[in-house]
Amino acid sequence: MSSAANAQPRHHILTVLVENKAGVLARVSGLFARRGFNIYSLAVAPTDDERFSRITIVVDVESTPLEQITKQLFKLINVVKISELDPADAVEREMMLVTVKAEGAGRGQVIELVQVFEGRIIDVGLEAITVVLAGPPSKLDDFEDLMRGYGIVQIQRSGRVALPKLERQQPATSRLRRTG
Amino acid sequence: MKLNGGQALIKSLEMEGVEVMFGLPGGAILPVYDPIIDSPIRHILVRHEQGAGHMAEGYAHATGRPGVAMVTSGPGATNIVTPLADALMDSIPIVVITGQVPSMAIGTDAFQECDTIGITRSVTKHNELITSAQDIPRVIREAFHIATTGRPGPVLVDIPKDIVDPRHPNSAMEWYWPDSVDLPGYKPTTKGHPKMIREAARLIGESRRPVIYAGGGILKARAAEILRELAELTGIHVVTTLMARGAFPDSHPLCLGMPGMHGNYTAVTAMQKADLLIALGSRFDDRVTGKLSGFAPDAKIIHVDIDPAELGKVRRPDVPIVGDCRLVIEELVRAVRDLGGTDAQPDRTEWNATIRRWQTDHPLHYEQGWDEGDKLKPQFCIESLCANSPDDTIVVSGVGQHQMWSSQLWKFDHPYTWVNSGGLGTMGFAVPAAVGAKVGMPGKTVWAIDGDGCFQMTAQELVTASAERIPVKVAILNNAYLGMVRQWQELFYEERYSEVYLSPDLPDYKMWAEAMGCVAFRVEHPDDVVTTIEKANSIDDRPVVIDFRCDSDEKVYPMVAAGTSNDDIILGPEQGQGGH
Repeated sequence: MSSAANAQPRHHILTVLVENKAGVLARVSGLFARRGFNIYSLAVAPTDDERFSRITIVVDVESTPLEQITKQLFKLINVVKISELDPADAVEREMMLVTVKAEGAGRGQVIELVQVFEGRIIDVGLEAITVVLAGPPSKLDDFEDLMRGYGIVQIQRSGRVALPKLERQQPATSRLRRTG
Repeated sequence: MKLNGGQALIKSLEMEGVEVMFGLPGGAILPVYDPIIDSPIRHILVRHEQGAGHMAEGYAHATGRPGVAMVTSGPGATNIVTPLADALMDSIPIVVITGQVPSMAIGTDAFQECDTIGITRSVTKHNELITSAQDIPRVIREAFHIATTGRPGPVLVDIPKDIVDPRHPNSAMEWYWPDSVDLPGYKPTTKGHPKMIREAARLIGESRRPVIYAGGGILKARAAEILRELAELTGIHVVTTLMARGAFPDSHPLCLGMPGMHGNYTAVTAMQKADLLIALGSRFDDRVTGKLSGFAPDAKIIHVDIDPAELGKVRRPDVPIVGDCRLVIEELVRAVRDLGGTDAQPDRTEWNATIRRWQTDHPLHYEQGWDEGDKLKPQFCIESLCANSPDDTIVVSGVGQHQMWSSQLWKFDHPYTWVNSGGLGTMGFAVPAAVGAKVGMPGKTVWAIDGDGCFQMTAQELVTASAERIPVKVAILNNAYLGMVRQWQELFYEERYSEVYLSPDLPDYKMWAEAMGCVAFRVEHPDDVVTTIEKANSIDDRPVVIDFRCDSDEKVYPMVAAGTSNDDIILGPEQGQGGH
């Protein structure tokens, strides 16, 4: 993953409300594969309404215009609503679990950096520690870069989730497609 | 009312008004075949599942009603993948029901198990695995709704054996029929945006060189009549794409015929020189546009389509209108009238004269001469078929040279008389699709015009036709080659003919057809062409096959070579390039 990914305009965030049915994720990912659209990251979670799930997709629009991606997505029968979140008008969060080498003098430095980044140590070994860190994707990128110097044993990132910022006047999402 | 799942499935099909279905039973779908015995639905037993799918397509093409096919799991399902893909590309409403191994066996690599839903996900408009017998009426109702509304397409329903097997407790269900469908993510837009429609009318009223680019969507929307009204009201010429042949009568003075790679000079060139293209239910297919950057460079675009994803997919429209073609054109006609109708159209005398000059200077053309020992001209066979068959004959074709010649040379004056595989280009489509069309339209003459290569792919469905007394007629334009591939090898691969020769005599098409219960003829002399066609047309109690021995050197012209601009249309070997 490149650093400061969300600063690049080639990435757009789509939040896709889908019916909570078997195989829906396969339909969405299959569509991306078949039409040659690139997924940068993807996260799925249930919503407060058990009939629906929300998929947050960060798409790479370098090769395909966003409009074509959303139109094709919306043709899927189980896709109910698609909203594009402008990164400037959205709050985004991602979670990372990372196991970092932490021996000798390095151990203290790693722990210090975890504190600076407001992460938490959730597992401690003799030669390594595992850290959980949640935050904006750019913050995770920065932390990942710093940890690389100490030696990353394993890393897992969740893919980002996003919601519109609560602004007072403007509608927070630009709805690309509406349903009745 | 207590029913088992199999009964509920058949009853659901009856509730949907299904009169006929095409299929072939097997282990997993077996329980559903039992209640068919007691159902008024006619089941046509095919010889290969691909045939069932294409028959359902042919039926839907000809009637506008959804075609239904039912096959078993595993190989039954994989054999029908091609018709599904075909129906998706050409927006044909079909519902395919596949058997599946029992619920508890799914995922165990059971006998005749395959991941039908996974395999067909990308070749269907929608598909669904039913997991409970109680869901059967709802899912069938939804399947027909999805297949026939919005942009029509294929829907597949996969049904595990246990929920339809009366011996299994999972098959118990309480019958109901849903009043409506509840699909929160599926609400097609049918009515065009009034402001956009007014804008379209305004553009039409300003255009000096407009062309209506009518596609298959006209037929899907049952919009042929209103299209004619629009053309006559505005005096604008109409090109009809491969999928829209018959949507506007060829005999109409405003009809320009087929555009595209093998379109006629005038249709291709009128689009190139137009200042406005009114695209109605067409999708700017690469076979129509040629090299995209060189396509209709001066034209503004009005694009009407029920599928929003088509608008701007290939060419950015100036006026995009999402909606059903019939409803939108009705509104457009009203909007044109509001602006003054015919009288308010600009003077297009010069444009109309230019079009007439192109038509006179560059008609469709082939060498008509014949010497002893020559083979038949395939174009002559098609023209003779057209001239000697009823006016409303349904013509069904496979894919290749014979398809292009048929589309070019047949005079289509009625909608729903041309059935072919356009988008996917499925060789072998003709025979089963003709059977399906004839089943749907038993009162009409149905001619399949097929190539010898195509015929060999699905000919076994003539056994079905004979057994079920479905008197289709098949004209094989037998040139002993995969003709279109041969044409490309001749023109673009220095006449290096690689793996295209098929032999005119192997198989013996006449004997083969007779073995399948057909009446069969072989025609080698031009004098016998018309008399044999007349004989074939007089037979109405069994299928007929004519083996026309055709000239393998004949090529389809005009031609826009792949990757080149429509301006570089090649008219024929002796006429060279046109365009200027």
